[in-house]
Amino acid sequence: MILHELISYDTLRVIWWLLLGVLLIGFAVTDGFDLGVGTLLPLVARGDVERRVVVNTIGPVWEGNQVWLILGGGAIFAAWPQLYAVSFSGFYIAMFAVLFALILRPVGFKYRSARESAKWRNGWDWALFIGGFVPSLIFGVAMGNVLQGVPFRITPDMQMYYDGTFFGLLNPFALLCGLVSVAMLTMHGATWLVLKTEDPVEGRARRWGMAAAVLTTVLYALAGLVLFKLVSGYQLSSEVTAGGASNPLFKSAEHASGAWFNNYRSYGALMLVPAVGLAAPLLAAFALLLRKPLAALLASAAGIAAIIGSVGVSMFPFILPSSIDPSASLTVWDSSSSHLTLFIMLVCAVIFMPIILAYTSWVFSILRGKVKADDIRNGAGHAY
Amino acid sequence: MELDIVDLSRLQFAMTALYHFLFVPLTLGLSILLAIMETVYVMTNRPIWRDMTKFWGVLFGINFALGVATGIVMEFQFGMNWSYYSHYVGDIFGAPLAIEGLMAFFLEATFVGLFFFGWDRMSRIGHLIATWCVALGSNFSALWILIANGWMQNPVGAAFNPQTMRMEMTDFAAVLTNPVAQAKFVHTVSAGYVTAAVFVLGVSAWYVLKGRHIELARRSMTVAASFGLAASLSVVVLGDESGYLTTSHQKMKLATIEGMWETEPAPAPFSVIGFPDQEARETHYTVQIPWVMGLIGTRSLNTEIPGINDLVVQAEATIRQGILAYDALERIRAGSGTDSGEPAAIFERNGAALGYALLLKRYVDDPRTATEEQIRQAAIDTIPPVAPLFWSFRVMVFLGFFFIALMATFFVLAAKRRLTAHPRLLKLAVFAIPLPWIAAELGWVVAELGRQPWVIEGVLPTALAVSNLSASSVLLTLLGFVAIYTVLLVIEVKLMVNAIRKGPRTDEGASLRPRSNLPRATADAPLAPQPAPTQTA
Repeated sequence: MILHELISYDTLRVIWWLLLGVLLIGFAVTDGFDLGVGTLLPLVARGDVERRVVVNTIGPVWEGNQVWLILGGGAIFAAWPQLYAVSFSGFYIAMFAVLFALILRPVGFKYRSARESAKWRNGWDWALFIGGFVPSLIFGVAMGNVLQGVPFRITPDMQMYYDGTFFGLLNPFALLCGLVSVAMLTMHGATWLVLKTEDPVEGRARRWGMAAAVLTTVLYALAGLVLFKLVSGYQLSSEVTAGGASNPLFKSAEHASGAWFNNYRSYGALMLVPAVGLAAPLLAAFALLLRKPLAALLASAAGIAAIIGSVGVSMFPFILPSSIDPSASLTVWDSSSSHLTLFIMLVCAVIFMPIILAYTSWVFSILRGKVKADDIRNGAGHAY
Repeated sequence: MELDIVDLSRLQFAMTALYHFLFVPLTLGLSILLAIMETVYVMTNRPIWRDMTKFWGVLFGINFALGVATGIVMEFQFGMNWSYYSHYVGDIFGAPLAIEGLMAFFLEATFVGLFFFGWDRMSRIGHLIATWCVALGSNFSALWILIANGWMQNPVGAAFNPQTMRMEMTDFAAVLTNPVAQAKFVHTVSAGYVTAAVFVLGVSAWYVLKGRHIELARRSMTVAASFGLAASLSVVVLGDESGYLTTSHQKMKLATIEGMWETEPAPAPFSVIGFPDQEARETHYTVQIPWVMGLIGTRSLNTEIPGINDLVVQAEATIRQGILAYDALERIRAGSGTDSGEPAAIFERNGAALGYALLLKRYVDDPRTATEEQIRQAAIDTIPPVAPLFWSFRVMVFLGFFFIALMATFFVLAAKRRLTAHPRLLKLAVFAIPLPWIAAELGWVVAELGRQPWVIEGVLPTALAVSNLSASSVLLTLLGFVAIYTVLLVIEVKLMVNAIRKGPRTDEGASLRPRSNLPRATADAPLAPQPAPTQTA
């Protein structure tokens, strides 16, 4: 088969680096509001009817949204196998905590309404809160650790060793990133609730949403400042063949303070990405104030996309730097799948992504409109 | 018992996979049954078929939630616990997993919301399409995961790349059309259909015995028996196909299932009963049927099936060949990555045996320094645990034939319209409910335990594939998963039993009304009286 050589190996790698970003952003923008709604559940809803209103806003869609995460896992496995291997085994206990929280979510949705007892339902409300808050926090903490570099090394036969501990992940900068993530997804969940509910839930969600949006910008700016002043970046210190074999040990790299800002120095236009990350949450807050929930949701989504995008742009071509052996860092040029596999996966993505987007929008349009407390009381059309 | 990181990782994978597989078969089959029932509803406009779809849909939903919850773990566990595996074969194995997400999970998960929430929001045809999309999605997912699993049993279309130190895809079409994967796919989805058919049949039989919801139960049983008969035949036929393919791709697995230590003259007999003794390397007290194994395994009367002991001798030779490949590989890599000259030629000839040299890594860091004793031991290690395979296989096959008999019986009763006439048979159907799960789990054991000591047959030993984690970390997560899964299983079974006890909320009279008087259901004016969703309080 030579068809795959139509697109050069290095181009495919850049495409798959972009697609990795698309998947993470797709997950954060869709399932992100489900996670945010989980976090907001105890804050915006009082009493069983209001809680059921909140749960039913995401009831029909969270399952499809969560597939972005599953697909992200599968796509990283297929396109960036070393990233999949190093990050998931390295962040072992953190991953376990995420999985544990995510296991609670599907059963929480489904089983909450199966019994009337207040104790039973309160229990599942807590499960849904944990299922929203814990993953939001840990995904941010993980990003914070990736930016600082992760203590792993790779042997010549590609065995990976992780020399850190779970508590090592909980360092101040990573926790700050965790808070950015919680604030950002809470903002997103709140804009969704404003769109999908009526007062009094709507009003509470609006207030929480504005607070979370402003907090997102403040924390994101603070994290950027800390990254600039205190966190050392990484840079390549040898030639690397962009279309070469996927072996991270063929190159060398080093710590370099301020290196995460090199790309912006070289290409000033890239500054737009963090600029949107700073401005869009404020726009979302403003739209909430003006009672334009759809505009708020879109601004919030743009903010999320830009904040996640800025991490990728800052680090390129690094994907997962190693703090103890920088030369073992995984980069776009040396940790991908083979040329053939990247090509086949691209063909699949090009075929299926439009189809997925088409039917997902169809489903969202069928489910449009607010969830009303009266309908919940009558039991009309809401499964949970 | 001292458990090392390999044992713990395997235990965790087996536990999470077997647990996940408690929910998958029912999802596979019940989604299709729901789609069939709803199709009948849309075609005939009889509300009882909508009530059936909704009622079985409630049970489907309880089961589906746990299938999703435990499925998330499966997608990430390869990277968490099997990082060398992920690196070594991710180039091939990752692709079907990602395609499964693109093609199957999105379809299934996006439309399952509409299945539950969309009854009042869509036209009848629109809702039917959503239901079929759920069924298609879950079945596509089985296809892709079994293409991935089929590759672990028969790794085609890939080659080792010395520069990246991993297997890389060379022929995607070969991975897709892998005969092992095709046979496994049909065998496994059929097993799922049988599970759902037995479930629907058994629950309905219970209603008939209790004298409740007779109309709904009778129709459900008719659908289940017809669907179940076809599916149970398909399970056995494709199981036989799998057996035939195992003869050519996994000879050791076949010999182990048979407890056949010595090569038998063709056509080999089939041992119905026996007591395999791994230490003594023989199987005691066998009761054999002549010819049967030879016919199943080779579909001929004159092809020999090699016994375990001969296969161990072959494995020893392959290990020595693997050491040559390993040596050549080390020399290629020492020559700074250039793949020219003599080592490359040696690797070309012996590279396929590289995995066998890796079996020695359990005993020595460098397989080239292995002693004769270690090589012999590594060859013996290629024998999977014989007794568990021998018995798992036999129980599974026995159950497979039992399901054919059960489904055929009820199919005949349905055709004669005498489904409610034999209480004993109805009781049998009720007690049969757990059996398909036993068969399915044992099927997993036969397929995956029978592949040991390999995680990728002949390519990568399981012991080498694990992540370099501390045993205490894995023990912690293992206990965590066991705890949460146990709690959830108890809740799930209780909710399931409650929902069954409560029964469908049907308007029993509606089905008796003449058809022409029925109001047409539209998106805006759903059929009245509208039964409330059973789960909302």
